[in-house]
Amino acid sequence: MNSPQDSSVVGSAPKVSWREALSQNAGAYVGLILPLIIIALLTIWPTVTGKDITRESIFTIMLSIALASSLNILLGYTGYVSFGHVVFFGLGGYVGFYLMAVQGWSLWPAMAMGGLAAGLLAFLLGKAILRLRGGYFALATIGVNEAMRAFINNFEPFGGPVGMTLNFQVYRDYGGAAQALRMTFYILAAITFIVILVSYFVRMSKFGLGLLAIREDEDAAEVMGVVAPSAKTWAYVLSAIFPGILGVLFFFKNGSIEPVPAFRLNFSIEMIVMVMLGGQGTVLGPILGGIGYQSLRGYLLTSPLFKNIQLAVAGVLLLVIVLFVPAGVVGWLRNRFPVLRRILQ
Amino acid sequence: MILQLEGVSKNFGGLRALSDVTFDLPEGQILGLIGPNGAGKTTLFNCISGVYTPTEGRVIFRGQEVTGHKPYDMAKAGMARTHQIVRPLNELTVRENVIVGSCFGREGNGLTAAGRIADEVLKFVGLDGRRDQLAGSLNVGQKKRLEMARALAARPYLLLLDEVLAGLNPSEIGHMVEIVRNIRDQGVTIIMIEHVMKAVMSVSDRLVVLDYGRQIAEGTPQVVANDPQVIEAYLGDPDLALRLMRDQARSQEST
Repeated sequence: MNSPQDSSVVGSAPKVSWREALSQNAGAYVGLILPLIIIALLTIWPTVTGKDITRESIFTIMLSIALASSLNILLGYTGYVSFGHVVFFGLGGYVGFYLMAVQGWSLWPAMAMGGLAAGLLAFLLGKAILRLRGGYFALATIGVNEAMRAFINNFEPFGGPVGMTLNFQVYRDYGGAAQALRMTFYILAAITFIVILVSYFVRMSKFGLGLLAIREDEDAAEVMGVVAPSAKTWAYVLSAIFPGILGVLFFFKNGSIEPVPAFRLNFSIEMIVMVMLGGQGTVLGPILGGIGYQSLRGYLLTSPLFKNIQLAVAGVLLLVIVLFVPAGVVGWLRNRFPVLRRILQ
Repeated sequence: MILQLEGVSKNFGGLRALSDVTFDLPEGQILGLIGPNGAGKTTLFNCISGVYTPTEGRVIFRGQEVTGHKPYDMAKAGMARTHQIVRPLNELTVRENVIVGSCFGREGNGLTAAGRIADEVLKFVGLDGRRDQLAGSLNVGQKKRLEMARALAARPYLLLLDEVLAGLNPSEIGHMVEIVRNIRDQGVTIIMIEHVMKAVMSVSDRLVVLDYGRQIAEGTPQVVANDPQVIEAYLGDPDLALRLMRDQARSQEST
Protein backbone atom coordinates (compact mmCIF):
# COMPACT_ATOMS: atom_id res chain seq x y z
CA MET A 1 0.00 0.00 0.00
CA ASN A 2 1.28 3.44 -0.84
CA SER A 3 1.71 6.13 1.69
CA PRO A 4 -1.00 8.63 0.91
CA GLN A 5 1.27 11.65 1.41
CA ASP A 6 3.25 11.18 -1.76
CA SER A 7 0.64 12.29 -4.20
CA SER A 8 -1.51 15.36 -4.34
CA VAL A 9 -5.11 14.94 -5.32
CA VAL A 10 -6.13 18.52 -5.61
CA GLY A 11 -3.40 19.81 -7.92
CA SER A 12 -4.17 21.10 -11.38
CA ALA A 13 -4.64 18.82 -14.38
CA PRO A 14 -1.32 17.48 -15.66
CA LYS A 15 -0.09 18.75 -18.97
CA VAL A 16 0.31 16.24 -21.76
CA SER A 17 2.91 16.70 -24.46
CA TRP A 18 1.59 16.30 -27.98
CA ARG A 19 4.18 13.65 -28.69
CA GLU A 20 2.88 11.43 -25.90
CA ALA A 21 -0.69 12.08 -26.88
CA LEU A 22 0.13 11.07 -30.43
CA SER A 23 1.82 7.83 -29.47
CA GLN A 24 -1.04 6.95 -27.17
CA ASN A 25 -3.51 7.65 -29.92
CA ALA A 26 -1.53 5.60 -32.42
CA GLY A 27 -1.89 2.66 -30.06
CA ALA A 28 -5.58 3.34 -29.77
CA TYR A 29 -6.12 2.86 -33.51
CA VAL A 30 -5.07 -0.78 -33.34
CA GLY A 31 -8.66 -1.81 -32.71
CA LEU A 32 -9.72 -0.19 -35.97
CA ILE A 33 -7.50 -2.37 -38.16
CA LEU A 34 -9.55 -5.55 -38.16
CA PRO A 35 -12.95 -3.90 -38.78
CA LEU A 36 -11.59 -1.88 -41.69
CA ILE A 37 -9.85 -4.86 -43.27
CA ILE A 38 -13.09 -6.81 -43.17
CA ILE A 39 -15.08 -3.99 -44.77
CA ALA A 40 -12.38 -3.52 -47.42
CA LEU A 41 -12.41 -7.24 -48.24
CA LEU A 42 -16.18 -7.26 -48.52
CA THR A 43 -16.03 -4.24 -50.81
CA ILE A 44 -13.55 -5.70 -53.29
CA TRP A 45 -14.90 -9.26 -53.15
CA PRO A 46 -17.51 -8.83 -55.93
CA THR A 47 -14.83 -7.36 -58.21
CA VAL A 48 -12.58 -10.31 -57.48
CA THR A 49 -15.21 -12.92 -58.24
CA GLY A 50 -16.76 -10.79 -60.99
CA LYS A 51 -20.26 -12.15 -60.27
CA ASP A 52 -23.27 -9.89 -59.83
CA ILE A 53 -24.90 -12.40 -57.52
CA THR A 54 -21.96 -12.15 -55.10
CA ARG A 55 -22.42 -8.43 -55.05
CA GLU A 56 -26.09 -8.86 -54.17
CA SER A 57 -25.40 -11.13 -51.21
CA ILE A 58 -22.62 -8.86 -49.99
CA PHE A 59 -25.00 -5.91 -50.33
CA THR A 60 -27.30 -7.64 -47.84
CA ILE A 61 -24.43 -8.44 -45.50
CA MET A 62 -23.01 -4.94 -45.65
CA LEU A 63 -26.44 -3.39 -45.05
CA SER A 64 -26.79 -5.62 -42.01
CA ILE A 65 -23.37 -4.59 -40.72
CA ALA A 66 -24.14 -0.89 -41.11
CA LEU A 67 -27.56 -1.20 -39.46
CA ALA A 68 -26.30 -3.41 -36.64
CA SER A 69 -23.36 -1.08 -35.99
CA SER A 70 -25.73 1.89 -35.80
CA LEU A 71 -28.03 0.06 -33.42
CA ASN A 72 -24.98 -0.92 -31.37
CA ILE A 73 -24.38 2.72 -30.42
CA LEU A 74 -27.68 2.64 -28.56
CA LEU A 75 -27.94 -1.03 -27.61
CA GLY A 76 -24.32 -1.90 -26.97
CA TYR A 77 -22.83 1.34 -25.73
CA THR A 78 -25.77 2.95 -23.96
CA GLY A 79 -27.60 -0.21 -22.90
CA TYR A 80 -31.02 0.76 -24.24
CA VAL A 81 -32.80 -1.94 -26.24
CA SER A 82 -34.65 -0.53 -29.22
CA PHE A 83 -36.99 -3.17 -30.62
CA GLY A 84 -38.36 -0.78 -33.20
CA HIS A 85 -35.17 0.51 -34.77
CA VAL A 86 -36.47 -0.30 -38.23
CA VAL A 87 -38.72 2.76 -37.87
CA PHE A 88 -35.74 4.95 -38.79
CA PHE A 89 -34.91 2.81 -41.80
CA GLY A 90 -38.54 2.97 -42.92
CA LEU A 91 -39.14 6.64 -42.24
CA GLY A 92 -35.84 7.72 -43.80
CA GLY A 93 -36.59 5.51 -46.77
CA TYR A 94 -40.05 7.00 -47.17
CA VAL A 95 -38.92 10.62 -46.91
CA GLY A 96 -36.06 10.10 -49.38
CA PHE A 97 -38.19 8.03 -51.73
CA TYR A 98 -40.93 10.67 -51.76
CA LEU A 99 -38.37 13.34 -52.62
CA MET A 100 -36.97 11.24 -55.47
CA ALA A 101 -40.22 9.80 -56.86
CA VAL A 102 -42.54 12.78 -56.44
CA GLN A 103 -40.30 15.83 -56.15
CA GLY A 104 -37.68 14.62 -58.62
CA TRP A 105 -34.70 15.03 -56.28
CA SER A 106 -31.52 13.10 -56.98
CA LEU A 107 -30.21 10.36 -54.71
CA TRP A 108 -27.64 12.34 -52.70
CA PRO A 109 -29.85 15.08 -51.25
CA ALA A 110 -32.62 12.53 -50.79
CA MET A 111 -30.29 10.38 -48.69
CA ALA A 112 -29.30 13.42 -46.64
CA MET A 113 -32.95 14.26 -46.02
CA GLY A 114 -33.71 10.64 -45.12
CA GLY A 115 -30.96 10.70 -42.52
CA LEU A 116 -32.12 14.07 -41.25
CA ALA A 117 -35.72 12.91 -40.91
CA ALA A 118 -34.64 9.81 -38.98
CA GLY A 119 -32.35 11.87 -36.75
CA LEU A 120 -35.09 14.39 -36.07
CA LEU A 121 -37.57 11.66 -35.18
CA ALA A 122 -35.02 10.13 -32.81
CA PHE A 123 -34.39 13.52 -31.23
CA LEU A 124 -38.07 14.11 -30.55
CA LEU A 125 -38.62 10.52 -29.40
CA GLY A 126 -35.54 10.75 -27.22
CA LYS A 127 -37.05 13.64 -25.30
CA ALA A 128 -40.25 11.66 -24.82
CA ILE A 129 -39.39 8.00 -24.28
CA LEU A 130 -35.72 7.84 -23.28
CA ARG A 131 -36.71 8.60 -19.71
CA LEU A 132 -38.25 5.13 -19.66
CA ARG A 133 -35.89 2.41 -18.57
CA GLY A 134 -35.36 -1.22 -19.49
CA GLY A 135 -38.37 -3.08 -20.81
CA TYR A 136 -40.58 0.00 -20.84
CA PHE A 137 -38.33 1.75 -23.34
CA ALA A 138 -38.18 -1.38 -25.51
CA LEU A 139 -41.97 -1.60 -25.51
CA ALA A 140 -42.32 2.07 -26.38
CA THR A 141 -40.03 1.64 -29.41
CA ILE A 142 -42.23 -1.15 -30.74
CA GLY A 143 -45.24 1.11 -30.25
CA VAL A 144 -43.53 3.91 -32.16
CA ASN A 145 -42.77 1.62 -35.10
CA GLU A 146 -46.32 0.29 -35.27
CA ALA A 147 -47.78 3.78 -34.97
CA MET A 148 -45.53 5.03 -37.75
CA ARG A 149 -46.54 2.18 -40.02
CA ALA A 150 -50.24 2.84 -39.35
CA PHE A 151 -49.71 6.53 -40.04
CA ILE A 152 -47.84 5.98 -43.32
CA ASN A 153 -50.46 3.44 -44.31
CA ASN A 154 -53.03 6.23 -44.20
CA PHE A 155 -50.86 9.08 -45.42
CA GLU A 156 -51.89 9.78 -49.01
CA PRO A 157 -48.87 11.86 -50.12
CA PHE A 158 -46.74 8.78 -49.46
CA GLY A 159 -49.14 6.55 -51.42
CA GLY A 160 -51.00 5.08 -48.45
CA PRO A 161 -51.04 1.27 -48.32
CA VAL A 162 -49.88 0.96 -51.93
CA GLY A 163 -46.70 2.94 -51.39
CA MET A 164 -44.73 4.51 -54.21
CA THR A 165 -42.65 3.33 -57.14
CA LEU A 166 -39.76 4.98 -58.93
CA ASN A 167 -40.10 5.69 -62.60
CA PHE A 168 -37.55 3.54 -64.40
CA GLN A 169 -36.31 6.68 -66.18
CA VAL A 170 -34.78 7.84 -62.91
CA TYR A 171 -31.99 5.30 -63.21
CA ARG A 172 -30.98 6.74 -66.54
CA ASP A 173 -29.40 9.70 -64.74
CA TYR A 174 -27.05 7.22 -63.11
CA GLY A 175 -26.05 5.47 -66.34
CA GLY A 176 -28.84 2.92 -66.51
CA ALA A 177 -30.24 0.36 -64.06
CA ALA A 178 -27.22 -1.96 -64.06
CA GLN A 179 -24.86 0.91 -63.44
CA ALA A 180 -27.15 2.28 -60.71
CA LEU A 181 -27.14 -1.12 -59.00
CA ARG A 182 -23.36 -1.18 -59.02
CA MET A 183 -23.27 2.37 -57.74
CA THR A 184 -25.58 1.63 -54.79
CA PHE A 185 -23.18 -1.12 -53.74
CA TYR A 186 -20.22 1.24 -53.56
CA ILE A 187 -22.25 3.94 -51.85
CA LEU A 188 -23.29 1.34 -49.29
CA ALA A 189 -19.66 0.32 -48.83
CA ALA A 190 -18.70 3.96 -48.23
CA ILE A 191 -21.52 4.48 -45.72
CA THR A 192 -20.61 1.26 -43.92
CA PHE A 193 -17.04 2.48 -43.72
CA ILE A 194 -18.22 5.76 -42.19
CA VAL A 195 -20.54 3.97 -39.75
CA ILE A 196 -17.64 1.84 -38.53
CA LEU A 197 -15.47 4.93 -38.07
CA VAL A 198 -18.24 6.71 -36.18
CA SER A 199 -18.86 3.63 -34.05
CA TYR A 200 -15.15 3.39 -33.27
CA PHE A 201 -14.63 7.03 -32.43
CA VAL A 202 -17.71 7.12 -30.27
CA ARG A 203 -16.44 4.04 -28.45
CA MET A 204 -13.08 5.69 -27.82
CA SER A 205 -14.35 9.16 -26.95
CA LYS A 206 -15.33 10.86 -23.76
CA PHE A 207 -18.93 10.93 -25.03
CA GLY A 208 -18.74 7.16 -25.50
CA LEU A 209 -17.35 6.68 -22.01
CA GLY A 210 -20.35 8.57 -20.69
CA LEU A 211 -22.62 6.21 -22.64
CA LEU A 212 -20.86 3.17 -21.19
CA ALA A 213 -21.28 4.65 -17.71
CA ILE A 214 -25.00 5.09 -18.39
CA ARG A 215 -25.19 1.47 -19.53
CA GLU A 216 -23.55 0.22 -16.36
CA ASP A 217 -25.48 2.35 -13.87
CA GLU A 218 -27.40 5.39 -15.01
CA ASP A 219 -27.98 6.86 -11.55
CA ALA A 220 -24.36 6.48 -10.54
CA ALA A 221 -23.32 8.01 -13.86
CA GLU A 222 -25.49 11.07 -13.19
CA VAL A 223 -24.01 11.47 -9.74
CA MET A 224 -20.57 11.48 -11.37
CA GLY A 225 -21.69 14.27 -13.68
CA VAL A 226 -22.75 12.46 -16.85
CA VAL A 227 -25.65 14.48 -18.27
CA ALA A 228 -27.62 11.35 -19.03
CA PRO A 229 -30.71 12.83 -20.71
CA SER A 230 -28.75 14.63 -23.40
CA ALA A 231 -26.10 11.90 -23.83
CA LYS A 232 -28.83 9.31 -24.37
CA THR A 233 -30.67 11.52 -26.82
CA TRP A 234 -27.55 12.10 -28.91
CA ALA A 235 -26.72 8.41 -28.87
CA TYR A 236 -30.24 7.70 -30.09
CA VAL A 237 -29.98 10.35 -32.82
CA LEU A 238 -26.60 9.01 -33.93
CA SER A 239 -27.93 5.46 -34.06
CA ALA A 240 -30.93 6.63 -36.13
CA ILE A 241 -29.27 8.81 -38.78
CA PHE A 242 -27.49 6.01 -40.65
CA PRO A 243 -30.51 3.69 -40.81
CA GLY A 244 -32.41 6.67 -42.26
CA ILE A 245 -29.78 7.21 -44.97
CA LEU A 246 -29.57 3.49 -45.68
CA GLY A 247 -33.35 3.28 -46.01
CA VAL A 248 -33.23 5.76 -48.90
CA LEU A 249 -30.43 3.84 -50.60
CA PHE A 250 -32.14 0.49 -50.11
CA PHE A 251 -35.51 1.56 -51.50
CA PHE A 252 -33.85 3.48 -54.34
CA LYS A 253 -32.23 0.20 -55.34
CA ASN A 254 -35.48 -1.63 -54.71
CA GLY A 255 -37.47 0.74 -56.97
CA SER A 256 -40.57 0.70 -54.79
CA ILE A 257 -41.57 1.25 -51.19
CA GLU A 258 -44.55 -0.03 -49.20
CA PRO A 259 -45.46 0.32 -45.52
CA VAL A 260 -45.13 -3.36 -44.63
CA PRO A 261 -41.59 -4.01 -45.86
CA ALA A 262 -40.46 -0.56 -44.71
CA PHE A 263 -41.54 -1.06 -41.10
CA ARG A 264 -41.08 -4.82 -40.74
CA LEU A 265 -40.61 -5.52 -37.03
CA ASN A 266 -38.74 -8.76 -37.78
CA PHE A 267 -36.00 -6.68 -39.26
CA SER A 268 -35.51 -4.86 -35.95
CA ILE A 269 -35.25 -8.15 -34.15
CA GLU A 270 -32.74 -9.44 -36.67
CA MET A 271 -30.62 -6.33 -36.06
CA ILE A 272 -30.64 -7.10 -32.34
CA VAL A 273 -29.68 -10.73 -33.01
CA MET A 274 -26.74 -9.57 -35.14
CA VAL A 275 -25.49 -7.17 -32.48
CA MET A 276 -25.83 -9.75 -29.73
CA LEU A 277 -24.28 -12.52 -31.79
CA GLY A 278 -21.15 -10.58 -32.62
CA GLY A 279 -20.83 -8.85 -29.29
CA GLN A 280 -22.75 -5.83 -28.06
CA GLY A 281 -20.73 -2.80 -27.11
CA THR A 282 -17.80 -3.64 -29.37
CA VAL A 283 -16.94 -2.18 -32.78
CA LEU A 284 -16.08 -5.51 -34.34
CA GLY A 285 -19.08 -7.36 -32.89
CA PRO A 286 -21.84 -6.08 -35.19
CA ILE A 287 -19.57 -6.70 -38.19
CA LEU A 288 -19.02 -10.35 -37.32
CA GLY A 289 -22.65 -10.62 -36.23
CA GLY A 290 -23.89 -9.23 -39.54
CA ILE A 291 -21.72 -11.58 -41.57
CA GLY A 292 -22.49 -14.57 -39.36
CA TYR A 293 -26.21 -14.02 -39.21
CA GLN A 294 -26.68 -13.29 -42.91
CA SER A 295 -24.58 -16.32 -43.90
CA LEU A 296 -26.68 -18.49 -41.64
CA ARG A 297 -29.86 -16.96 -42.99
CA GLY A 298 -28.71 -17.50 -46.56
CA TYR A 299 -28.11 -21.14 -45.76
CA LEU A 300 -31.45 -21.54 -44.00
CA LEU A 301 -33.41 -19.88 -46.81
CA THR A 302 -32.04 -22.35 -49.32
CA SER A 303 -32.41 -25.42 -47.15
CA PRO A 304 -35.72 -27.23 -47.66
CA LEU A 305 -36.03 -28.01 -43.97
CA PHE A 306 -35.63 -24.48 -42.62
CA LYS A 307 -36.76 -22.18 -45.38
CA ASN A 308 -40.14 -21.48 -43.82
CA ILE A 309 -38.95 -21.16 -40.26
CA GLN A 310 -35.74 -19.18 -40.63
CA LEU A 311 -37.07 -16.48 -38.30
CA ALA A 312 -37.74 -19.10 -35.65
CA VAL A 313 -34.08 -20.01 -35.92
CA ALA A 314 -33.20 -16.35 -35.34
CA GLY A 315 -35.35 -16.41 -32.22
CA VAL A 316 -33.71 -19.54 -30.89
CA LEU A 317 -30.31 -18.10 -31.71
CA LEU A 318 -31.08 -14.97 -29.71
CA LEU A 319 -32.21 -17.11 -26.79
CA VAL A 320 -29.04 -19.20 -26.87
CA ILE A 321 -26.82 -16.12 -27.04
CA VAL A 322 -28.56 -14.35 -24.17
CA LEU A 323 -28.43 -17.50 -22.03
CA PHE A 324 -24.95 -18.76 -22.76
CA VAL A 325 -22.78 -16.10 -24.39
CA PRO A 326 -24.36 -12.75 -23.44
CA ALA A 327 -21.14 -10.96 -24.41
CA GLY A 328 -21.32 -12.34 -27.96
CA VAL A 329 -18.42 -13.73 -29.99
CA VAL A 330 -16.12 -10.74 -29.56
CA GLY A 331 -16.96 -10.32 -25.88
CA TRP A 332 -16.29 -14.00 -25.30
CA LEU A 333 -12.94 -13.81 -27.06
CA ARG A 334 -11.99 -10.69 -25.10
CA ASN A 335 -12.79 -12.38 -21.81
CA ARG A 336 -11.11 -15.61 -22.78
CA PHE A 337 -7.96 -14.12 -24.26
CA PRO A 338 -7.20 -10.77 -22.57
CA VAL A 339 -4.12 -10.47 -24.84
CA LEU A 340 -6.45 -9.84 -27.76
CA ARG A 341 -8.24 -6.93 -26.10
CA ARG A 342 -6.34 -4.22 -27.91
CA ILE A 343 -7.09 -5.74 -31.29
CA LEU A 344 -10.68 -6.73 -30.58
CA GLN A 345 -12.40 -3.46 -29.77
CA MET B 1 -19.64 28.81 3.99
CA ILE B 2 -19.37 26.10 1.38
CA LEU B 3 -22.76 24.57 2.16
CA GLN B 4 -25.82 25.93 3.90
CA LEU B 5 -28.99 23.97 4.56
CA GLU B 6 -32.06 25.96 5.50
CA GLY B 7 -35.01 23.99 6.82
CA VAL B 8 -34.55 21.05 4.49
CA SER B 9 -37.44 18.57 4.68
CA LYS B 10 -38.30 15.54 2.60
CA ASN B 11 -41.59 13.65 2.54
CA PHE B 12 -42.19 10.30 0.90
CA GLY B 13 -45.96 10.19 0.68
CA GLY B 14 -47.06 10.37 4.31
CA LEU B 15 -43.63 9.61 5.70
CA ARG B 16 -41.58 12.56 6.83
CA ALA B 17 -38.05 11.29 6.25
CA LEU B 18 -36.38 14.61 7.00
CA SER B 19 -37.76 17.54 8.85
CA ASP B 20 -36.29 20.99 9.08
CA VAL B 21 -32.58 20.22 8.88
CA THR B 22 -30.55 23.40 9.15
CA PHE B 23 -26.80 23.78 9.39
CA ASP B 24 -23.85 25.64 7.90
CA LEU B 25 -20.65 24.00 6.84
CA PRO B 26 -17.50 26.15 6.71
CA GLU B 27 -14.87 25.34 4.11
CA GLY B 28 -12.12 22.87 4.97
CA GLN B 29 -13.94 21.04 7.77
CA ILE B 30 -14.98 17.46 8.23
CA LEU B 31 -18.59 17.20 9.32
CA GLY B 32 -19.72 13.85 10.71
CA LEU B 33 -23.35 12.99 10.09
CA ILE B 34 -24.50 10.37 12.56
CA GLY B 35 -27.70 8.83 13.80
CA PRO B 36 -29.40 5.45 14.20
CA ASN B 37 -30.44 3.40 11.18
CA GLY B 38 -33.31 5.00 9.29
CA ALA B 39 -32.61 8.43 10.74
CA GLY B 40 -32.52 10.00 7.27
CA LYS B 41 -28.79 10.43 6.77
CA THR B 42 -28.64 9.03 3.25
CA THR B 43 -31.87 10.87 2.41
CA LEU B 44 -30.14 14.08 3.43
CA PHE B 45 -27.19 13.21 1.16
CA ASN B 46 -29.62 12.60 -1.67
CA CYS B 47 -31.22 15.99 -1.06
CA ILE B 48 -27.84 17.72 -1.05
CA SER B 49 -26.46 15.93 -4.12
CA GLY B 50 -29.59 16.44 -6.21
CA VAL B 51 -30.81 12.85 -6.32
CA TYR B 52 -33.93 14.00 -4.48
CA THR B 53 -35.55 17.42 -4.53
CA PRO B 54 -36.30 18.53 -0.97
CA THR B 55 -40.01 18.95 -0.23
CA GLU B 56 -39.25 22.14 1.67
CA GLY B 57 -36.21 24.23 2.44
CA ARG B 58 -33.18 25.42 0.55
CA VAL B 59 -29.74 24.04 -0.24
CA ILE B 60 -27.05 26.66 -0.87
CA PHE B 61 -23.73 25.50 -2.28
CA ARG B 62 -20.86 27.97 -2.56
CA GLY B 63 -23.23 30.88 -2.34
CA GLN B 64 -25.60 29.64 -5.06
CA GLU B 65 -29.03 28.21 -4.38
CA VAL B 66 -29.02 24.69 -5.82
CA THR B 67 -32.28 23.30 -4.44
CA GLY B 68 -33.75 20.84 -6.92
CA HIS B 69 -30.76 20.84 -9.24
CA LYS B 70 -29.93 17.57 -11.00
CA PRO B 71 -27.15 15.29 -9.71
CA TYR B 72 -25.01 16.05 -12.78
CA ASP B 73 -25.38 19.78 -12.18
CA MET B 74 -24.13 19.28 -8.65
CA ALA B 75 -21.22 17.17 -9.87
CA LYS B 76 -20.20 19.89 -12.31
CA ALA B 77 -20.57 22.53 -9.59
CA GLY B 78 -17.96 20.68 -7.54
CA MET B 79 -19.76 18.17 -5.37
CA ALA B 80 -18.87 14.48 -5.39
CA ARG B 81 -20.18 11.57 -3.36
CA THR B 82 -19.76 7.92 -2.64
CA HIS B 83 -22.60 5.47 -2.17
CA GLN B 84 -23.36 3.46 0.93
CA ILE B 85 -24.14 0.47 -1.26
CA VAL B 86 -21.29 0.59 -3.73
CA ARG B 87 -22.18 1.25 -7.36
CA PRO B 88 -19.19 0.32 -9.49
CA LEU B 89 -19.54 0.39 -13.28
CA ASN B 90 -18.97 -3.36 -13.35
CA GLU B 91 -18.02 -3.97 -16.95
CA LEU B 92 -15.54 -1.09 -17.06
CA THR B 93 -12.05 -1.35 -15.66
CA VAL B 94 -11.12 0.23 -12.35
CA ARG B 95 -9.17 2.90 -14.23
CA GLU B 96 -12.07 3.64 -16.59
CA ASN B 97 -14.38 4.04 -13.60
CA VAL B 98 -12.12 6.71 -12.18
CA ILE B 99 -11.71 8.36 -15.59
CA VAL B 100 -15.50 8.78 -15.72
CA GLY B 101 -15.29 10.68 -12.44
CA SER B 102 -12.61 12.99 -13.78
CA CYS B 103 -14.12 13.51 -17.25
CA PHE B 104 -17.58 14.44 -16.08
CA GLY B 105 -16.85 16.00 -12.71
CA ARG B 106 -16.03 19.60 -11.89
CA GLU B 107 -13.00 19.91 -14.16
CA GLY B 108 -14.54 18.12 -17.15
CA ASN B 109 -11.15 16.87 -18.28
CA GLY B 110 -10.39 15.24 -21.61
CA LEU B 111 -9.60 11.53 -21.69
CA THR B 112 -5.82 11.86 -21.61
CA ALA B 113 -5.70 14.28 -18.69
CA ALA B 114 -8.35 12.21 -16.93
CA GLY B 115 -6.18 9.12 -17.38
CA ARG B 116 -3.30 10.85 -15.60
CA ILE B 117 -5.52 11.95 -12.77
CA ALA B 118 -6.99 8.46 -12.51
CA ASP B 119 -3.54 6.92 -12.13
CA GLU B 120 -2.67 9.48 -9.49
CA VAL B 121 -5.87 8.99 -7.53
CA LEU B 122 -5.72 5.20 -7.74
CA LYS B 123 -2.26 5.33 -6.25
CA PHE B 124 -3.56 7.60 -3.51
CA VAL B 125 -6.27 5.13 -2.46
CA GLY B 126 -4.00 2.13 -2.98
CA LEU B 127 -5.73 0.56 -5.97
CA ASP B 128 -3.01 1.16 -8.56
CA GLY B 129 -2.25 -2.55 -8.74
CA ARG B 130 -5.77 -3.27 -9.95
CA ARG B 131 -6.32 -0.53 -12.49
CA ASP B 132 -6.89 -2.83 -15.47
CA GLN B 133 -9.17 -5.23 -13.62
CA LEU B 134 -12.92 -5.04 -14.19
CA ALA B 135 -14.55 -3.08 -11.37
CA GLY B 136 -17.07 -5.88 -10.83
CA SER B 137 -14.27 -8.25 -9.80
CA LEU B 138 -13.13 -6.18 -6.80
CA ASN B 139 -14.00 -7.12 -3.21
CA VAL B 140 -16.15 -4.84 -1.06
CA GLY B 141 -13.27 -3.01 0.57
CA GLN B 142 -11.71 -2.32 -2.80
CA LYS B 143 -15.03 -1.22 -4.24
CA LYS B 144 -15.37 1.29 -1.39
CA ARG B 145 -11.95 2.67 -2.25
CA LEU B 146 -12.96 2.77 -5.91
CA GLU B 147 -16.02 4.86 -4.98
CA MET B 148 -13.68 7.17 -3.13
CA ALA B 149 -11.26 7.34 -6.06
CA ARG B 150 -14.03 8.19 -8.53
CA ALA B 151 -15.27 10.96 -6.28
CA LEU B 152 -11.76 12.34 -5.78
CA ALA B 153 -10.93 12.26 -9.46
CA ALA B 154 -13.64 14.88 -9.96
CA ARG B 155 -11.52 17.18 -7.75
CA PRO B 156 -14.58 18.32 -5.80
CA TYR B 157 -14.89 21.23 -3.40
CA LEU B 158 -17.25 19.18 -1.26
CA LEU B 159 -17.07 15.44 -0.81
CA LEU B 160 -19.99 13.43 0.60
CA LEU B 161 -18.89 10.09 2.01
CA ASP B 162 -21.66 7.63 2.77
CA GLU B 163 -20.40 4.97 5.17
CA VAL B 164 -17.02 4.41 3.59
CA LEU B 165 -15.88 2.53 6.68
CA ALA B 166 -18.79 0.09 6.95
CA GLY B 167 -17.82 -3.49 6.22
CA LEU B 168 -14.08 -2.81 6.39
CA ASN B 169 -11.74 -4.64 8.74
CA PRO B 170 -9.82 -2.65 11.42
CA SER B 171 -6.67 -2.20 9.36
CA GLU B 172 -8.68 -1.10 6.32
CA ILE B 173 -10.55 1.35 8.57
CA GLY B 174 -7.27 2.81 9.73
CA HIS B 175 -6.11 3.24 6.15
CA MET B 176 -9.38 4.82 5.06
CA VAL B 177 -9.40 7.28 7.99
CA GLU B 178 -5.90 8.26 7.00
CA ILE B 179 -7.09 8.85 3.43
CA VAL B 180 -10.00 10.99 4.65
CA ARG B 181 -7.70 13.16 6.77
CA ASN B 182 -5.36 13.60 3.83
CA ILE B 183 -8.15 14.72 1.57
CA ARG B 184 -9.23 17.30 4.14
CA ASP B 185 -5.65 18.50 4.48
CA GLN B 186 -5.65 19.20 0.76
CA GLY B 187 -8.51 21.63 1.24
CA VAL B 188 -11.55 19.52 0.39
CA THR B 189 -14.55 19.91 2.67
CA ILE B 190 -16.08 16.61 3.72
CA ILE B 191 -19.39 15.41 5.11
CA MET B 192 -19.25 11.82 6.23
CA ILE B 193 -22.03 9.52 7.30
CA GLU B 194 -20.59 6.96 9.63
CA HIS B 195 -21.55 4.28 12.10
CA VAL B 196 -18.06 3.45 13.27
CA MET B 197 -18.23 5.88 16.20
CA LYS B 198 -14.64 5.84 17.28
CA ALA B 199 -13.47 6.75 13.80
CA VAL B 200 -16.03 9.46 13.13
CA MET B 201 -15.50 11.01 16.57
CA SER B 202 -11.79 11.22 16.03
CA VAL B 203 -11.81 12.52 12.47
CA SER B 204 -14.72 15.02 12.53
CA ASP B 205 -14.41 18.68 13.37
CA ARG B 206 -18.12 18.82 14.01
CA LEU B 207 -21.05 16.41 14.22
CA VAL B 208 -24.69 16.64 13.26
CA VAL B 209 -26.99 14.02 14.74
CA LEU B 210 -30.22 12.94 13.09
CA ASP B 211 -32.96 10.85 14.64
CA TYR B 212 -36.24 10.08 12.89
CA GLY B 213 -35.42 12.77 10.34
CA ARG B 214 -34.95 15.47 12.96
CA GLN B 215 -31.71 17.15 13.77
CA ILE B 216 -31.33 16.47 17.50
CA ALA B 217 -27.83 17.79 18.11
CA GLU B 218 -24.97 19.66 16.54
CA GLY B 219 -21.52 20.57 17.75
CA THR B 220 -18.04 19.30 18.43
CA PRO B 221 -17.64 15.56 19.05
CA GLN B 222 -17.15 16.24 22.76
CA VAL B 223 -20.38 18.20 23.10
CA VAL B 224 -22.41 15.79 21.05
CA ALA B 225 -21.07 12.73 22.87
CA ASN B 226 -22.32 14.13 26.15
CA ASP B 227 -25.74 15.20 24.88
CA PRO B 228 -28.35 13.11 26.70
CA GLN B 229 -30.76 13.30 23.75
CA VAL B 230 -28.14 11.78 21.45
CA ILE B 231 -27.34 9.06 23.89
CA GLU B 232 -30.98 8.21 24.29
CA ALA B 233 -31.49 8.07 20.54
CA TYR B 234 -28.66 5.61 20.21
CA LEU B 235 -29.02 3.43 23.23
CA GLY B 236 -32.32 4.02 24.88
CA ASP B 237 -30.75 4.17 28.37
CA PRO B 238 -29.12 7.58 28.87
CA ASP B 239 -27.30 6.76 32.12
CA LEU B 240 -25.55 3.63 30.91
CA ALA B 241 -24.80 5.21 27.56
CA LEU B 242 -23.37 8.34 29.10
CA ARG B 243 -20.88 6.27 31.03
CA LEU B 244 -19.83 4.34 27.91
CA MET B 245 -19.41 7.47 25.86
CA ARG B 246 -17.37 9.18 28.58
CA ASP B 247 -15.08 6.20 28.75
CA GLN B 248 -14.56 6.43 25.03
CA ALA B 249 -14.01 10.18 25.07
CA ARG B 250 -11.46 9.76 27.83
CA SER B 251 -9.59 7.05 25.95
CA GLN B 252 -9.48 9.31 22.91
CA GLU B 253 -8.16 12.26 24.84
CA SER B 254 -5.35 10.14 26.12
CA THR B 255 -4.32 9.08 22.62
